[in-house]
Amino acid sequence: MTAPRRRAAGMVRSYTATGGRVVPTRRSLDGATLLKADATVALAGLPAQARRVMELCRPGVLSVAEVAFHLRMPGAVTRVIVSSLVDSGHLTAVAPFVPAAQQHDRDFLKRVLRGLQRM
Amino acid sequence: MASNGCDRYVPDAARSVKILILGPFAVGKTTYVGTVSEIRPMHTEERMTQAGQLIDDLHGLEEKTTTTVAMDFGRLTLAEDIVLYLFGAPGQPRFRGMVQALTAGALGGLVLADTRRLQDSFDAIDLLEQAALPYTVAVNAFDGAPEYPEAELRESMSLDPRTPLVLLDARRRNSAMSGLITLVSAILARPHLEPAP
Repeated sequence: MTAPRRRAAGMVRSYTATGGRVVPTRRSLDGATLLKADATVALAGLPAQARRVMELCRPGVLSVAEVAFHLRMPGAVTRVIVSSLVDSGHLTAVAPFVPAAQQHDRDFLKRVLRGLQRM
Repeated sequence: MASNGCDRYVPDAARSVKILILGPFAVGKTTYVGTVSEIRPMHTEERMTQAGQLIDDLHGLEEKTTTTVAMDFGRLTLAEDIVLYLFGAPGQPRFRGMVQALTAGALGGLVLADTRRLQDSFDAIDLLEQAALPYTVAVNAFDGAPEYPEAELRESMSLDPRTPLVLLDARRRNSAMSGLITLVSAILARPHLEPAP
């Protein structure tokens, strides 16, 4: 018999409750959070770094970590800039998928597995 | 599969999935992420505050005591609407805060181990257990490293019988993929997907 070694305090995952759509506080903005730009929101008045983020994100979807890498900005700095762009409506953030005990999530995970097996 | 591997952007409708690749220095994390990634793997030196807190303000960034963490980052498009991100990070206790922050939002973790120094992977295992994140241990086959029976490896690492253990070669794509396949299969096999409260 093995003693259970798992688990200290449980972790609250805000992403789960909101189905992945979050208004990120700066702490919940994950490296794997995907960013989508709203092309209808004007860039006028944005600081230079925020403008660079928008120029990178307007042509397509990227993760926070990729934005940091492409713009050669530290992750922490990137998160600050991105979160204010989310607050201002320039960007929409979709947090990474975390499974809950629902059939829908199980189906999604099965598709993840199939995708890996096809590689 | 038609892969636009060199494309910069991910599909518009994508959801992301995050998996951590953890283990000690020189265990093959960078190699692993590079083998699996469809984009040129990104290796970064991230400055973190000592406490591992994500800073929430640019002010005072210079004054905080920081430490540098070597991170690897890769991407794999699994379907038109699913993109997997791999985050490789060290497991040593001094990076604990930073790796703990990484565990939020992650599906699971793959712990890389080297049979010549299995004990160096214990910290990464502990960290994932404390985060209650599902994980798989992958022994990376180094040329000339001793091979042990699975039971012996499990005992050395005191792995729970339900924790998968795989042997792989981080340099070979099919072999490296087996680690991720095993991890996701094990997560699917759990009676309750959600970590207990």
